[in-house]
Amino acid sequence: MGVSDRTVLEVYRYLPENQTEPTFQTYEIDSQDNWVVLDALNHIKAEIDSTLSFRWSCRMGVCGSCGMMVNGEPKLTCETFIRDYDTMTVRIEPLNHFPVIRDLVINMDDFMEKLPTVSPWLIPDQDKPLDEGEYLQTPGQVARYKRFSMCINCMLCYSACPVYGLDSSFTGPAALALAERYNLDSRDHGRKERAATVTAHEGIWECTYVGECTQVCPKDVDPAGAIQMLKLSYALDWAKSVVMPKRGRS
Amino acid sequence: MVEKMDSLQHDVLIVGAGGAGLRAAIAVARDHPGTSVGLISKVYPMRSHTVSAEGGAAAVISASDSLDDHAYDTIAGSDWLADQDAVEVLVENAPDEMLQLEHWGCPWSRDADGHVSVRPFGGMKLERTWYAADKTGFHLLHTLFQTALKFDAIIRYDEWFVTSLIVADGRCQGVVAIDIRTGEMLSIGAKSVVLCTGGGGRVYPFTTNGNIKTGDGMALAYRAGVPLKDMEFVQYHPTGLPGTGILITEAARGEGGVLLNNEGRRYLQDYGLGQPLDLKDPDHPRKQTMELGPRDRLSQAFIKEREAGRTFEGADGDYVELDIRHLGEREIDRKIPMVRELAVRYVGIDPVHDPIPVRTVVHYMMGGIDTDIQGATSLPGLFAAGECACVSVNGANRLGSNSLTEILVFGARAAVAAADHARRVSPPSNQLLENSAGSEQSRLETTLLRKDATYETTFGIRSDLQDALEEGAGIFRDKTTLERACSKITSLKERYENLVLTDTSRTFNTELVTALELGAMLDIGEAIAHSALARTESRGSHQRTDHPDRDDPGFLKHSLAYRSEGNPTIDYKNVTITRWPPGERVYGGE
Amino acid sequence: MTRELTKPLPRNWWLKKAAYFRFMMRELTSVAVLAYTLLIVWTLGSAANSGGFSTLYAFLSTSLSVSLHVVILALALYHTGTWIALTPKVMVLWRDDERVDPDFIAGVTGISFLMITGATIWLVLM
Ligand SMILES: Cc1cc2nc3c(=O)[nH]c(=O)nc-3n(C[C@H](O)[C@H](O)[C@H](O)COP(=O)(O)OP(=O)(O)OC[C@H]3O[C@@H](n4cnc5c(N)ncnc54)[C@H](O)[C@@H]3O)c2cc1C
Ligand code: SF4
Ligand code: FES
Repeated sequence: MGVSDRTVLEVYRYLPENQTEPTFQTYEIDSQDNWVVLDALNHIKAEIDSTLSFRWSCRMGVCGSCGMMVNGEPKLTCETFIRDYDTMTVRIEPLNHFPVIRDLVINMDDFMEKLPTVSPWLIPDQDKPLDEGEYLQTPGQVARYKRFSMCINCMLCYSACPVYGLDSSFTGPAALALAERYNLDSRDHGRKERAATVTAHEGIWECTYVGECTQVCPKDVDPAGAIQMLKLSYALDWAKSVVMPKRGRS
Repeated sequence: MVEKMDSLQHDVLIVGAGGAGLRAAIAVARDHPGTSVGLISKVYPMRSHTVSAEGGAAAVISASDSLDDHAYDTIAGSDWLADQDAVEVLVENAPDEMLQLEHWGCPWSRDADGHVSVRPFGGMKLERTWYAADKTGFHLLHTLFQTALKFDAIIRYDEWFVTSLIVADGRCQGVVAIDIRTGEMLSIGAKSVVLCTGGGGRVYPFTTNGNIKTGDGMALAYRAGVPLKDMEFVQYHPTGLPGTGILITEAARGEGGVLLNNEGRRYLQDYGLGQPLDLKDPDHPRKQTMELGPRDRLSQAFIKEREAGRTFEGADGDYVELDIRHLGEREIDRKIPMVRELAVRYVGIDPVHDPIPVRTVVHYMMGGIDTDIQGATSLPGLFAAGECACVSVNGANRLGSNSLTEILVFGARAAVAAADHARRVSPPSNQLLENSAGSEQSRLETTLLRKDATYETTFGIRSDLQDALEEGAGIFRDKTTLERACSKITSLKERYENLVLTDTSRTFNTELVTALELGAMLDIGEAIAHSALARTESRGSHQRTDHPDRDDPGFLKHSLAYRSEGNPTIDYKNVTITRWPPGERVYGGE
Repeated sequence: MTRELTKPLPRNWWLKKAAYFRFMMRELTSVAVLAYTLLIVWTLGSAANSGGFSTLYAFLSTSLSVSLHVVILALALYHTGTWIALTPKVMVLWRDDERVDPDFIAGVTGISFLMITGATIWLVLM
């Protein structure tokens, strides 16, 4: 540890007030062996060029703000070590498929607007008063949905998804995974309520199962899996409603 | 997203969308229909630092536990500086807040029978810490955020940075904020403002706190004439990873992890924290002893060990070892998976096979904006809750897992008080709002954004401030170190006047945000150093080597730092004692 | 106001990443399998109509036809492989609070596929 190494960072720059096209700026730095990409960016910001703009906060992989393209792959920069790249030059760009506000800062309004449409909150059968205590849920029942509840909204999956890149009306991996997170929760009865958005044209059926969202997800959420599970469960719901039109699941 | 209007107005405006702010917003939206709520945050809500909390949140749930025990542990942990009426409010409301989160979908870890699990935590007599593996804060924050999406009454201003409070006619009537994306400066009017802006650990160089924890809200209140209370009490956590300062949660010790010095000895036994039990003993880890002692005592023990040469030397500073190997891979992966994830990633050590290097690290501010038990400050219309506030339930040392509870209980409580206040007053005039934004805009243009040669850099001043506090107001301090810190901060404030930014663009100007944050950090740094200098006793996390004893006749009091020309004025007010007269803090089972 | 930069996906996006390329191949194999199915239906239909299966048999034994079938078989197998890999995504099974290993599910599906195929071949050859 502590060994320094000459690294060249090629960083995407865009300032709308002065530019119409992005440029790449090259910074040569002495990077430490234990540095993540974010450390290098912070070093540049503090020592070389304070105008470089990017988002970050927790620097421990949990707040979800530091996603960028590193050598063409979407990464959380606070978890991505420079030493893992054997190229001399590391190229840093804003996440793909999002409008760029400035430098490495993307606009994620689209996701923030989509999120509420999948009703990502618990919809119980009926409201239970607090003095009746907690809903019982075994560790096994927690395990059923736990994985899909680990999403940090980092947007890496959206920038890996060509379907979203081609058509941004697609609800997308993280939002759909959250829908399945609540659908699978034994306390929740909102599956029907979520059907409208989830099974709409822009919802699960737009997914052609490229599977890259799951590959790039830094928190092992498996959004691709969640979407396939949604397809199956809503297809079964539909089949049941055709066979037994009266009963329909609640 | 916000529609731009000529004037933005709300009944209740909440600054900060971490655990406290979101809980407050939901409280108003759900329980006071018809009240309009604004929720401003300098980052998207789910980026707030509550997200990083790992270990859990305390609330009495088991039949063998009692509210009085939780209260007593908190008060003893605080070295009797907590206000006991506030502590009673905390412990009484804690179980309902935890249940409420459960009803909103929080994935609490469960026992086999389906009930919520609780784990032991430092300084707590019984298992009463609710947890969601070791990502409790993450789940808590996302549950609150997602639940808040349900309420149309909550209007969010994401990535807006509040630069000042609007005070007129003796009351707070809103805030001025920059929309970071466009650089536009706007007033947002409100009948009540609730500050939920979190802590300020970033004033120190080595901290578990994220980049956004710069004490902005404390500084906003301080500049508006509201005192900052008990700022000298800064919590160092005993187990941070060297280099990054990333936290290894106390839950690692709650589940049985032990601390070892370079002789392989469980050194805490030498610091009045009881005798170690064998790791195989069914009673290990024994509550309130050894590794489950309070944080102030554990961090102080680390420094003493270092002085005695019994710590390891590493490239990123001295460290001791946290050993959890005896838990085994399965338990580690079930109960504290993130500990493993973080250790493997950031120090290249798999705790299943090797002990984790750890050292003390700045973690939490016990002090903050002085509020009463309803969350009201001395400025009418201004409320505060969460880590930025000081009610005070944490006194001179916070017990782990009380903070997540505090942000929920007092977040909701301050919101209710703010909504009540909003019903009694009239909204601010458009004229006032227009003028406030205008004058704040020109203040920035004549200072940070003036087109001038750069004399000083934000980053230079910031690291000098951090070093001044670490050297002068660290775990152990004395008159000389504190006086040095005070005078350094004075000169840093002068240097700040000469600060000119390189980046003068409007779009997403992060240098401007950092510079504004630095302004806040200087203010709270000043309050910390001066309050610490004035308190000539040792209590909890405030250890004066020149005044090593607790002095109840002189200092069973909260300090209040008021901003004034030059140095802050330090005043005091009494601690509220209800049922637990000051006593000795006993850890170690005697 | 700020002008944000949007850059549409280039036409050849699926050549930019191996995973995208594999995805495109999977989609193309399904087209190939579909085309082949239609071809069979059509040839069988027209053979039945004209009452002459012998020309068809003659064609089937040409080397052109054999190589065409080898290619089609390879494409069909690739496509089947992607489906087998997908099964554990849709079929998430639990043993108490432990998830059944996805590779195990894929393995079972794969083996079942081989067995059914084997049985079919055996039936046909009988
Ligand atoms: C690593 C770590 C682990 C922890 N683990 C535990 C634990 O296990 N148990 C426990 O009880 N406590 C724990 N704590 C403490 C606890 O997490 C915090 O005290 C608590 O989350 C603070 O919540 P908050 O809502 O007050 O502030 P935060 O969550 O920090 O939120 C502050 C909000 O204010 C906004 N804000 C700040 N300034 C401005 C401004 N100028 N303009 C606009 N918006 C602004 C921010 O955007 C943010 O939304 C831990 C702390 C850390 C750092
Ligand atoms: S699913 Fe994974 S990649 Fe997508 S936003 Fe969530 S954490 Fe990020
Ligand atoms: S900085 Fe929080 S996830 Fe990287």
